[in-house]
Amino acid sequence: MNIANHSTVNTPANRTPAHAPSGLLRFITAGSVDDGKSTLIGRLLYDTGNVAADQLAAIQATSQKRGLATIDWSLLTDGLIAEREQGITIDVAYRYFSTERRKFIIGDTPGHEQYTRNMVTAASSADLAILLVDARKGITTQTRRHAYLTHLLGIGELVLTVNKMDLVDWDPAVFQAIVNEFSAFVGQLGRHHVQAIPISALTGANVATCAESIHWYCGPSLLHYLETVPARRDADHAPLRLPVQRVARIMLGNGAGGISDNEFRCYQGTLASGRLQLGDEVTVLPSGLRARVSRLSIADRALPMARADQSVVVSLDKEIDISRGDMLADPINPPRVVKTINADICWLAEQPLQTRGKYLVKHTTRTVNALFEELSYRLDVNTLAQQAAPDTAAMNDILRVKLKLQQPLLVDAYADNRTTGSFILIDPVSLQTVAAGVII
Amino acid sequence: MNWQVNTAFNPSHVATDHLDLLEAEALFILREVIAECRNPVLLFSGGKDSAVLLHLAYKAFHPERIGCALLHIDTGHNYDEVIAYRDRMAERYDCQLHVRSVEDSIRKGSVRLRHALESRNPYQSVTLMEAIAEFGFDACLGGARRDEEKARAKERIVSVRDEFGQWEPKHQRPELWSLYNTRVALGDHLRVFPISNWTELDVWQYIQREDVELPALYFAHPRQVVRRGDILVPVTHLTPAQAGDTVETISCRFRTVGDISCTAPVASTASNVADIITETAQCLLTERGATRLDDRASDAAMEQRKKEGYF
Repeated sequence: MNIANHSTVNTPANRTPAHAPSGLLRFITAGSVDDGKSTLIGRLLYDTGNVAADQLAAIQATSQKRGLATIDWSLLTDGLIAEREQGITIDVAYRYFSTERRKFIIGDTPGHEQYTRNMVTAASSADLAILLVDARKGITTQTRRHAYLTHLLGIGELVLTVNKMDLVDWDPAVFQAIVNEFSAFVGQLGRHHVQAIPISALTGANVATCAESIHWYCGPSLLHYLETVPARRDADHAPLRLPVQRVARIMLGNGAGGISDNEFRCYQGTLASGRLQLGDEVTVLPSGLRARVSRLSIADRALPMARADQSVVVSLDKEIDISRGDMLADPINPPRVVKTINADICWLAEQPLQTRGKYLVKHTTRTVNALFEELSYRLDVNTLAQQAAPDTAAMNDILRVKLKLQQPLLVDAYADNRTTGSFILIDPVSLQTVAAGVII
Repeated sequence: MNWQVNTAFNPSHVATDHLDLLEAEALFILREVIAECRNPVLLFSGGKDSAVLLHLAYKAFHPERIGCALLHIDTGHNYDEVIAYRDRMAERYDCQLHVRSVEDSIRKGSVRLRHALESRNPYQSVTLMEAIAEFGFDACLGGARRDEEKARAKERIVSVRDEFGQWEPKHQRPELWSLYNTRVALGDHLRVFPISNWTELDVWQYIQREDVELPALYFAHPRQVVRRGDILVPVTHLTPAQAGDTVETISCRFRTVGDISCTAPVASTASNVADIITETAQCLLTERGATRLDDRASDAAMEQRKKEGYF
């Protein structure tokens, strides 16, 4: 049996990358508590030469002290005292490693259900997700939950990583059964591209190097896949969205060195998507007035053109009243200006949702008051069944809701734009971030 | 068990286009804090990370000049070059500089040392909290990075501290996309780390690209040291040679610059940023492991100090 030819499994060879790989890839690792996430990360760091001598000495000494036969790689990442006491990962830890091809930012997320909010947190900024499954246990409730969450949060690339293959004697039937079950589940979500890789984090097989002895698998090692998969950088080609973050007003000699004393205004912000060139016409929202770009720079360095993700300063050729929270947008394809939004939210707080409570929506650089107009349904992430008209939400619940806004927001669907399609809810009393939302 | 350090990878070959993304992220974070907080302050120690942060603040505000004050918590045990550099930078960027010293806290009685030569580094948190209360700062911008230490790897970019400066790792706010919740109750404040996602190598590559000025201590210079285990202890009035010590003069540089009593140099001949990048890329000891005397106390030393309000 040649697993790599399975219809849902993609090797880099049969997918033509749309863009050259970017120099930075953000990914998350998710799985159940004992699937060996920390071990996998430790293995990735070690095999790429990213574990320093003093770190290695420290974890080697601790492993020996505990009478372990080999190094416990989880000691490298399980940072908090409480975690080491309980032997589990309880928060998102960010890790960094580089190869000659790429710099990687890993969000290491916990598997415990009560900390799913941290998984959502890390997933929101990730380009790729590694879903870790124990070969002996197969797909679990937690795997389905995590697969659904990565889908909800719009992660483009999913890698099903079947770990502990050494403990099932590298049996291809075990791997195939897990791949089939997973493919069926994510197929319901409309996802058809999943890379599946059989590994042993403990021995390192198929992690950084291909395991030559496994003849039935001819796909890439995990590291090779991470190094070559295209990162999500297609935001350049989407319509312009530049939320105004700050209005800089030069007056009364408050300019930086080299800035003249003539009064002028300009707008600071990060391009959520699209490109912006000198002379381009933009629509200023919500007013709808139009102007042309007369100056463009990153701080003191003038630019002929700005791209998605760049933090820029823009001047316009007309005096228009513009404030923080307004948006410069593509005049042909502007965002929707709305006073109600339909969204899927993940409730993150311990305090339950108050249906009559007032919340703050922070969306791009704009924060407005909001009320729940409707709780449409709660989604069971294990079965994808919908429970109609719930009367509240508890931590980790996923709900379809309708929110009524006091002032308009400038939105796109999350599927089209991860920045202008996402928001958080803040409780104005506790000041906590209580929910994360993606706009339908 | 016999694991060797894996030297297969040479990070000096890594491309630098990721610096553009890291810079853009830092500018965004800085502008969010400047726009949403009432009275933010930038913590400036004269170390390389805070030098990069100051440079980023210049870029975040531009064309306005930096619109927030700088705060330095002076242990009284800093190298003179660093203090001179601090003052020069504040003047160059036309920033108001507040200096509050651990010495004053000792005089007031809010800091009590066990003995006169005890390291004052852990007590900076007391003086910092006093300065926050005195000026009413609601956000402190700092140059801490997540790659420095295991506990820092779990800190949010925007992190809430209560009036005791306490960090509650189990009750951190979830931080999604680039939507930072900067709201704090009266008496609480934020610690904000715009270069959280940078590594030591990123910092040096950025210093090279942007030509950021640093104190001379970061570059190789001759210095008298004593070897204690694998650490080089500089011979100073605070850390004098003990009877039986062998004092050597070697070429060395500092990888971090902090309180004299707890910052050690590393042997090096790297006299410019390019040489330091090569050395950093090849260096097999982590930054804090090689040079910080205070993190060696225990494996969980940093988390404990963070909970107590340390930066």
